[in-house]
Amino acid sequence: MTARAARPGATDRLQRLLALVPYVISRQVVGLAETAATFGITENELVDDLNMLWCVELRAPDPYCPIDLSYEGGEIMVSQAESMDRPLRLATDEASALLIALRMLAELPGPQDRSALRRTIAKLETAAGEAAAASAQVAVQVDGRAPAGVQAMIADALRQGRRLHLSYYVPGRDEATERDADPMRLLVLDGRTYLEAWCRRAEAVRLFRLDRVLAIEVLDVAAEVPEEAEPRDPDSGPFRPSDADLDVVLELSPAGRWVAEYYPCEEIADLGEGRLRVSLRTPDTRWVRRLALRLGEDGRVISPPELAGQVRDDASAALAQYA
Amino acid sequence: MAMSKQKTERLLSLVVCLLSSRRYLTAAQIRDAVPGYPANFDAFKRMFERDKDELRELGIPLETGMNSASDEELGYRISRQAYELPEIRLEPDEAAVLGLAARVWQRAELAGAAAGGLLKLRAAGIDAEETTQPGIEPRLRTGEAAFGPLWQAVRDRRPVTFGYQAAGRSTPQRRTLEPWGVVSRHGRWYVVGHDRDRGEERVFRLSRIDGPVAFTGPPGSVTVPDGADVHQAMRAWDEAPPALLTAALRIRRGAGHGLRRRASSDRPCPGLDGWDLVQARFSDAGWYADYIASFGADVVVLEPVDLRDAVISRLKGALA
Repeated sequence: MTARAARPGATDRLQRLLALVPYVISRQVVGLAETAATFGITENELVDDLNMLWCVELRAPDPYCPIDLSYEGGEIMVSQAESMDRPLRLATDEASALLIALRMLAELPGPQDRSALRRTIAKLETAAGEAAAASAQVAVQVDGRAPAGVQAMIADALRQGRRLHLSYYVPGRDEATERDADPMRLLVLDGRTYLEAWCRRAEAVRLFRLDRVLAIEVLDVAAEVPEEAEPRDPDSGPFRPSDADLDVVLELSPAGRWVAEYYPCEEIADLGEGRLRVSLRTPDTRWVRRLALRLGEDGRVISPPELAGQVRDDASAALAQYA
Repeated sequence: MAMSKQKTERLLSLVVCLLSSRRYLTAAQIRDAVPGYPANFDAFKRMFERDKDELRELGIPLETGMNSASDEELGYRISRQAYELPEIRLEPDEAAVLGLAARVWQRAELAGAAAGGLLKLRAAGIDAEETTQPGIEPRLRTGEAAFGPLWQAVRDRRPVTFGYQAAGRSTPQRRTLEPWGVVSRHGRWYVVGHDRDRGEERVFRLSRIDGPVAFTGPPGSVTVPDGADVHQAMRAWDEAPPALLTAALRIRRGAGHGLRRRASSDRPCPGLDGWDLVQARFSDAGWYADYIASFGADVVVLEPVDLRDAVISRLKGALA
C-alpha cells in the first residue's frame, strides 16, 4: 500500500537503526519502554537493535567498534557513535507528506494555531532543503464556505463543554431542522469540516457539515455526551452504512456516471457503452427520489420497485404544476 | 530471517564505514573493512552493487570520486554534510501542530512517509506527540488507485499515459500527460498538466482514470512551465462564474431551502396560499435545471422559458 510497507525487512530495520542512535543521543538518557513505543516495536526488538548497533565492527585498516552504548536498568545511553549522531535527511516523500498536511491545516478556517503552523512550515522547509520542493506541486483545498463564526463557536463549546443548538439544513430531505447537540470534536474529511456530536433529537452520534449550519447558539447548559456515544473512524469517511439500510439499485447513462463517484456505492457494474449499474445502501430513500428526479433520463431506479414507482409519482406531480 | 539480519548488519556497517571516512574508499578497501562480504571478488562486487542501490533508495547520499589524480580507481564515501538532517528545533506549539500533521494521512498513500519523516525529526530531538490538540481530527484520504503513480510522476517529473473515462463518454480514451501537480478539491483528487494529445493544459479527475498509470519517459523529462501554479489553478475554479441570469420561482412554503439561500427576493405569492415567489440568480442553466428538478412538485419555474423547458424535460425523463 505505501512505499514503506512495500519494502519491509532489512532496509526498514536499517532506517530504524540509523534513527535510533541520534534519538538517544539527542535525549542523553532515555527509557527502553518509551523508545520502543516511539519506534513502534517491542522492548525485546529494541534490545536486539541496540545489541546489533553495539556489535558493529570495522576490520580495516585497524579493527575497531565505532558504537558504544548501554541500557542497564532500562535506561539507554550512547557514549560513542562516531559520525552517526544526526538522523538522515528527510526524503522527498517524507518532507512532502508533512508539508502538504501542515499547509492543509493552515488552510482550515477557524481557530487553528496559524502562527505555529507558519513557523513550523518555514522551519521544516529549511531543514528539508531540496526535498521540500516537490510538495509545492500538491495542493489540498479545504472548503471555506462555512461561516467563520460557526467553527469558532463550536470550538468554544468544545472548550467549555457546553451544549449547542443548531439550525441545520438537510438537503436530502430539503428540510431545515432544529436540534440540540453535545459536541464531541471537529472532523476534517474530504476537504469539508464536520461537527461530530451527540444529537439529542436522534439520540445518536451525528456528523453535521459546517456549511449546512444555518444558525448556531452555545447554550448555557453543560454538554452530556453519553458513554455509549462512539466516535466514528474518520478513515472510513463521513458515511456509515448500517444493516438497517435499504439496498437501492440505479442504472446510469454516461452523463449520470458522476453518481458513482459522488456517493459511496456498494457495487458498480459496467454495462458497456459507458452505462453503469450501481447499488447504494441508505437509511432514507427521500434523497434517492430527489436524485432520480435530478438525473431525469440519465438515471433510473431499478430496485426496489416501490421506490421506482414513487419516483414516477413525484415526476408526474411536478409536471402537473406545469400543465 | 537470519539472511535479513546478516544483511542489516552488513548495510549498517557499510554506512558507518563510509560515514566515518573522509577519504574515498575503494571497493577492495570496503571489502576488507566491512564484515559479511564474500571472499570471492566477483561475488563481492555483485553484492556490493545491490547494497549501493539499496542505500541510494533510502536516500543515503553515496558519493563516488578519487582522493587524488594519481588514484586509479573510483572510491566511495558518504559526506556527512549531505547525509545529515540540518539542525531543527521546534517550540512546544510547533511540535504540537507537527504531531497533528503527521496524523493527517493516517491510512492514505503517504502515511508511511509521514511516519518516517516524523521519526527522523524525533531522532533530531523533537518531542512531537501524535496525540495532541484534542477536538480536531483532519484527514486526507487517497482512495483512488492512480494517486500513488501520479504523485511519483509529479515528484520525479515524468510523463504518464492512462485510460480516461471522461464525463458523458461511452468508452475510456488513452491520454498522455506531462503532470504538473495533483490537487485535492472537495475530497476528490485531480491531476493538472500538459495534455500532449490536445496540446493544452488539462485537468483530470483521478477517479475517472481507468486501469493502470504508466510512465512514458525518464525522471526529469517533464518541464513545469514558469507560472504553472497548482494552487492558483485551484483558486481559479473557485471563482464562480458571475451569476448573470435571474430566475423567477414559485416555491412551496417550508420547502426549497437550498434555493432560498441564494435568493435575492423571497415573498408570499399573491393570490396563492402556501406558496412564495422567489427571485434567484444563477449562472449554469443546465446544472440549475437539474437542481430545481430535484425539488419535484415543491418548486415551479416561472421564467426564463428555457430554464422552465429544461426542468420539464428532466422531469419527463424521470417519468419515462
